[in-house]
Parts: sequence; structure tokens; C-alpha cells
Amino acid sequence: MNETHIVSSFTDDMNELESLLLQMGGLVEEQLKNATLALKKSDRELAKTVLKGDERINDLEAQLNETAIKILALRQPVAVDLRSVVMSLKIARHLERVGDYAKNTARRINTITKASAFTGSVSTLVRMCEMVQSMIKSALDAYSKRDSNLAEEVRHNDEYVDQMHNTLFRELLTYMMEDQQHISGSIHLLLIAKNLERMGDHVADIAKETQYMVTGEWPENQRNKGDNTSKMIIDLVDIEGK
Amino acid sequence: MELSMTLDATTKAPIMSAKNVDVFYGAKQAIDDVSLDIAENQITAFIGPSGCGKSTFMRCLNRMNDTISSAKVTGDIRFAGQDIYSSKVDVVALRKRIGMVFQKANPFPKSIFDNVAYGPRIHDLAESKDHLEDIVVTSLKRAGLYDEVADRLDESGTGLSGGQQQRLCIARAIAVDPQIILMDEPCSALDPIATAKIEELMEQMKEDYTIVIVTHSMAQAARVSNKTAFFHLGKLIEFDETDTIFTNPANTLTQNYISGRIG
Amino acid sequence: MPDYTLTTSKQLQRRHAAEKRFQWYGRIAIAISVSFLVFMFTAIIFRGAGAFQQTEIGLNVALEEQVIDPQGLRDAGDISRANYKPLIMDAMQDIFPDVSERREKNQLYRLLSSASVFELGERVAKNPDLIGTTQTLWLPASSEVDLYMKDKIDQDVPEELRRLKDRDIAWVETLRSQGLIKKSFNKNFFTNGDSREPVMAGILGAALGSFFSLMICFIIAFPLGILTAVYLEEYATKNKLTDLIEVNINNLAAVPSIVFGLLGLAIFLNFFELPRSTPLVGGMVLALMAMPTIIIASRSILRSVPQNIRDAALGLGASKTQTTFHHVVPLAMPGMLTGTILGMARALGETAPLLMIGMIAFIVDVPKGVTDVATALPVQIFLWADSPEKGFVERTSAAIIVLLAFLIVMNLTAVYLRRKLERRW
Repeated sequence: MNETHIVSSFTDDMNELESLLLQMGGLVEEQLKNATLALKKSDRELAKTVLKGDERINDLEAQLNETAIKILALRQPVAVDLRSVVMSLKIARHLERVGDYAKNTARRINTITKASAFTGSVSTLVRMCEMVQSMIKSALDAYSKRDSNLAEEVRHNDEYVDQMHNTLFRELLTYMMEDQQHISGSIHLLLIAKNLERMGDHVADIAKETQYMVTGEWPENQRNKGDNTSKMIIDLVDIEGK
Repeated sequence: MELSMTLDATTKAPIMSAKNVDVFYGAKQAIDDVSLDIAENQITAFIGPSGCGKSTFMRCLNRMNDTISSAKVTGDIRFAGQDIYSSKVDVVALRKRIGMVFQKANPFPKSIFDNVAYGPRIHDLAESKDHLEDIVVTSLKRAGLYDEVADRLDESGTGLSGGQQQRLCIARAIAVDPQIILMDEPCSALDPIATAKIEELMEQMKEDYTIVIVTHSMAQAARVSNKTAFFHLGKLIEFDETDTIFTNPANTLTQNYISGRIG
Repeated sequence: MPDYTLTTSKQLQRRHAAEKRFQWYGRIAIAISVSFLVFMFTAIIFRGAGAFQQTEIGLNVALEEQVIDPQGLRDAGDISRANYKPLIMDAMQDIFPDVSERREKNQLYRLLSSASVFELGERVAKNPDLIGTTQTLWLPASSEVDLYMKDKIDQDVPEELRRLKDRDIAWVETLRSQGLIKKSFNKNFFTNGDSREPVMAGILGAALGSFFSLMICFIIAFPLGILTAVYLEEYATKNKLTDLIEVNINNLAAVPSIVFGLLGLAIFLNFFELPRSTPLVGGMVLALMAMPTIIIASRSILRSVPQNIRDAALGLGASKTQTTFHHVVPLAMPGMLTGTILGMARALGETAPLLMIGMIAFIVDVPKGVTDVATALPVQIFLWADSPEKGFVERTSAAIIVLLAFLIVMNLTAVYLRRKLERRW
């Protein structure tokens, strides 16, 4: 398909929209990376920069919304252009949410560093972070390259994030049962894990929307929901019985 | 690429169906192997760049191409199962069943009443003077024009505004009670308000008539039609539900055309 | 820095100069053609105006019964043919009692037109009650007296070269001093046919001849021309044959009119043996001549009827013929009528073809129908222009004025019809 519209300013607008979204994506990626690093190194300063960085993402989203509305109003896009504009709007929303979770994660790092450390859980968390990071990167690649297969892969990767979340959930519950002093730290770690799991879901949605944008059809196969923490019960008896 | 150009079997039989239609103007081929079905009580839009053959194809449907001596139509076009190019077919009867509204509003330079009454008169549709009046008023009402002209039916039809003239032409077409109304770019000379009125009218008329519209405005096709056919260089490139065409067209040519890309 | 200057340059001056020059060329061209026209019209009107007046001499004529109707039968034919000359001469004698010599009396009598006896006869025949009374009657003066009264006789010419001698002039002056000579509206010019005597020559015969010819021309050329045009434009398929017909119609329009005259002579007179010199044949020849023009004009009018009117009718299921006769022809009719009238106006001015079919004969009687022998306006002009009598000079110009009036009336009719019937689409 030809990327050039007869009216070249239309193409310029579409390019602007895409570049805003990629900028946003880049920032979100950066935020998550910094949050991960801060978590890994218990670096409060770095966590603070993450807190500040979220504002820029929100600004970019506002700017993107404006551009998208302008295109809808002035160019009346159809077909692939229409799908691009509408999906960009939705993807931006997801990115913004991911940014919010990164910020929330950074905020909790502050608290955790004061509480007792759990090296084991943190390293699982960091792995989870890295997984989500790479998903965001791939999702943005799929978006910018209009690559439906890559997007499919991203959606698939969300399963691993969910599995890690399950593992962490179980692990932290166990910790909390073993020692009540661990409860406060564990809860924060649990919530960070929850953040990451939510981020994964958002990125999976981004991938799904990218697929629709590219093909014009919503992917038929339902993604496996790997998250089953909602059904998880660990009895004290089980642990003591071991 | 294999394209299914016909309707799925679940809908009822199409009121018109064309198979392998070719049209030649002298040696020049204007329509190349077009097959499509027109569903009853729906609005079918033909879109495509200038000279793509959409108007030519539409004019095959009521044999208006007969008036051009160099035009030759081959293939099979059926209206309610009958081959309209058969030698037994009375063109007058065909055109009575398949009315037409043209790009440029073309009221006769007669009174508004006579404009609408002309069709019923030549086809002897009215049993009496009162009946004729009844037909005229009903037609004008259906075309959404009656309220605007009720007190000046004896004034010239050419004195109306462009949009009113076009609605007068629609009323005139309706007056002979056709099954299908062909519209050849009916709004291309009208302002957006007049256009909107005609589009609204089409939406209402859909209940009683089958409408085929040729339009340059893709937005109009998107707004009014149920099905859209995209023509390019005399070929039917894509024919599908309008929402599919405008959100996810199957063919790159269609995509490029409707999204304003260099094709 | 872009150049925003608006006031320039030699170019502009040159352009303005060129525009002005061109406008002046146009104005000069118009001025020249208008001055030609004005010159022509003033010359014609100046010369012709006199013909609308006629000099009359008033006489007290004793209408004696013994002379006019000795048997007292009051038969109109006999009354008009009676010998009025002595009565007139007696009346003259009363005015000029000194004139006694027979030759002089005759000279005196010649102050009156030779037609005045017939004129008197007609009047009396129309009103037999006058017989036996003495009436003051105004009778037409002779052509020479008429010209003298209109100051058109050059008195510097030696007497022997003049037809109006000095003595005649003296008599006329006497009459003038007694108020017995006057100029009045020349009714005869509009009610008479041709005559050898300029004073009695009228235009009515020729005008009616032209009128009848044009009627025939219209009756033949209009339906034929329009049917041809409609068929060629609306029905005929384009092929070699129709091309050939079209080319020939265009050629016919350019054929010299005398050729049509020869054609009429050969076919209508020699072959069909229709009556010679009649408006019937004249009209047929003129119809032949006007038809190509009418066809060409009608076709271009038909072509200018917008296609979408035809589409509208056909799209409603009207047949070809219904479309043509309900919509196309009515819309084209004003234009076609105009074209026809203009074509006929051209035919009105034609002389040559009428010469060939004998409408040039000297015909005194006013035609009463299309089969009566007649002449036509342009032929009459030609005949009078050719006549030696001086009195015909002004009549020639007057006839031209009548012909021009005819043309103007026809053209105005065309304009009126177009305005009246034309419908915008």
C-alpha cells in the first residue's frame, strides 16, 4: 500500500500522530526501565525521577489526542487511516496507564527500601519488569512497522508475565505467613507485581489494537489468561504441614 | 485474488443482477466483465475515479446507453429474472420500472405540477384528473418537496433552487411508481444542506424503493449506502458492505482510492 | 525579499496603449458602417418621401347626366367608362377663361394626370347620386406638375428641354394663388397596382404579391424544413448517407438564387405547368431557397436543446417520439420560428429567382389570390428603377422604404416571438 496521500499535509498529520505515539512509547519504556533499575538498586533518587517523568507522558497524550481529533475533524479518514487514528488514540490511553503503573511502582520503591528486603522476590520482580519492558518495545516495533505477527507474539508473551505474577503471589503469601514482620514489605511487593501484571495486560491490548489497525480485523484467538491469583488460597495448615 | 462479488445466500434474491457485462464505445472498452447483484430495498453506491465506468454501468441498468449509437452492451443483465436486453423487452416499460435522476437537475421547463404529472400522463397511470392530482401531491410529499411548493404548483419548475429542482426530479421519478431509482451523482451540484436533505430522503425512500447511486463523494457513499461497489478503469474492483469498504477494504486499489492515496 | 511593487513599467503603458488602440479601431469600424447605413437611409427616405404625397388640383366639375349616363341606367361599368374629358375641360375653362385655343385647352388639360378621368369615373360610379350635381373634386395632377410642386424640376434648364413649359408653370402658379392646387397624402400609392403613369403607380400589387409568395413559402418551407431538421438531428443515424445529405444542405444554402429560379422554371412551370408569374410558383421557388437556411438554423437550435431534457424524458419512459415532440421541439420552436422568419426575410429580398418564373411582368391588377399573376416588391423596385419617367425615381425609393418596412416588421416579429416563447432551461 502506498503511504503517500494525494494531499501531502494529510500524510504529514498522520506521521505526526505516529511520531507522538512512538515518543510516548519511548518515554513509557524509559520510565519502566528506570523504575526497574531503582527497584534493583534500591535507588530512591532514580525512583524520584520516575515520579517526575510521568507528567511528560500525560502531556504527550494530550497532544496526541488533539492531533487525532484534528485529523478526524479535518481529514475524515477512512479505512486504514481511520483505523490508525482511532487505534492510536486507544494505544495512547494504554500507554498512559502503563506510565501510571510505572509511577506507582516507583513510589512504592521508596517504602520498600525502608522495609526489610527480599532479594529473591525482588529478582523475580525485576525479571517481570524486564519481560514487560521487552513487550512494550516489541509492541511499539509492531506498531511502527505495522507488523501483525510481532504483535501476536507480544500478546502471547503476556502469558509469561501472568505466570510470573502467579509465582510471586504464591511466594509472597508464603513469606507473609511465615513471618508477620514481612507483611508490610510483601504487600508493597505484591502490589508492584500486580502493577506489572496490569502493564502486561495493557501492552497485550496495545498489540491487539495494532493487529486490528494493520489487518482491519480483531484477532480471533482469545489470549490465554494466565493470571489465576484471584482464585489462589494458601492455608496456613498447608505450610505448617510441610 | 478471489473475490466474492455476489451476496451471501441468506438474503433474498437480488432485484437486479448483472453477469459478465462488457460495454464498448466503438472500439473503446468502457466496462470490462462486471458482475454484481443489486439487493432490493437497499441503497447500492457505485464509487470510483472519473471515467471508471460507474455511470456507464448504471446507464446499462435502464438501457439509457441505447441513446448513444456507438455503445454496445454484452453480457447478461436481469431485472426480476428477465433479461433486459432481450428483444422482447419494451424499453419504455423497463424505464418505467427503473427510474432515473440525473447529475444536473433537469426539470422540464414547465410547471411544477406538469413536471411531476408528465410520467403518469404518458403511461396513462391516472384514471381521472383528481387521481392525477393525487399522484402529483403524493409524489411531491414523498420527495419532501410538497410543503415548500404547495402554493405554487403552477409555477415553473426551473424557478426552484438547485436542491428543490433535484427533489422535483426525484418526485417526477417517483410519480411513475418505479421499483428501482438510479441516481447519477444527484448531489454533485448541491450545497451541503441540500445534499443532506436528499440523503435523508434516500434513507426514507429505501423502504419502498431500491436505490442505486453513483457518487463522486466517498463520504456520501459511506453515509447513505448499504453496499458499495468500487470501479476502476472499467472493472469492478470490490463490492461489499459499505462499512467493510470504508473500514477494511480488501483491495489495495480500493484502499488507496477511498483514503486519498496516490493509486 | 519578494517584489511587491504594483506600479510599473513601460509594459503596462504599452499594454494600455494597445488596448486603447484596439478599442478605437472598433469604434472607427462601427462609425464607418453606421455612416454608410445612415447615408443609405437618408438618401432613400429623402428621395422616397415625396412619393407619399401627391399633388391634386381642385375643379368644380358639373357632372352632367347626358354625358355620363344618357340612358339613366346607373350601370356602374358604363358610368366608370363614360367620357369625362369634356367635363374636366369645361371645369378648367372656368378657371382659365382666357384660354380659348384648342391646343392650349389641351395643354391645360394635361396639367391633370391622364388617369384623372378614370379616377373621376370610379368616384362617380361608386356614388351615382353625384350625377347631375356640380362638385368640387380634387383630381391628381400630372407627374410634371407633381414634380414641380415638390420643387424637383430644375428651372434653369432651357424651356425646350423641359416637358413643363413656362406657360404651364404660370398656370400652376395661378392655381396655387387661387388655392386650387394642394399636396395631399398619396393614397393611390398604397391602393393601386403598377401603372405606366407614375402618379397612378402603386405598391399594393407588388406588396400583396410578396405577401402571398411569402405565405406559400412559409406553408411549404416551415413544415418541410423543420421535419427535415428534426429527423436529421433526432432520429437519423450518422452514416455516409446522412453525411452526404448534410453536406448538400449546406451547399444548397450557398447556391446562387438565380439557380433556384431556373429550377423553378424547369420544374414548376415547364414540367408541372403551374401558372406562370403567380405568387404560388414564386413562393415555391422562394421556399426551395429558404429551406436550407431554415434547416441549418433549426438543426443548430435543436442541438442547443440540452441533452439532459431528453434524458429526463427518456428516463421517465417516454418514447423517442414523445420525447421529441413533447419536449425537444416545443423548446426549439421559438428558435426555429425565428430562423424561419429570418430565412423568409432573405427570400423576401430576392429578385433573381422571381425574374426566371415571370414575376417581372407589368401587372396593373392587384392580385386577389396566390394564383393571380403578380409581381413582388424587389421586382417592382427593379421595374421602376428601370423606367424612364422621372416620376418613378421617387417611387422607386418609396418602394424600397416599403420593402425595408416589411423586413423590419418581419425581424421584429422574430424578436418578439423569441422573447415571448423562449423558455430558459
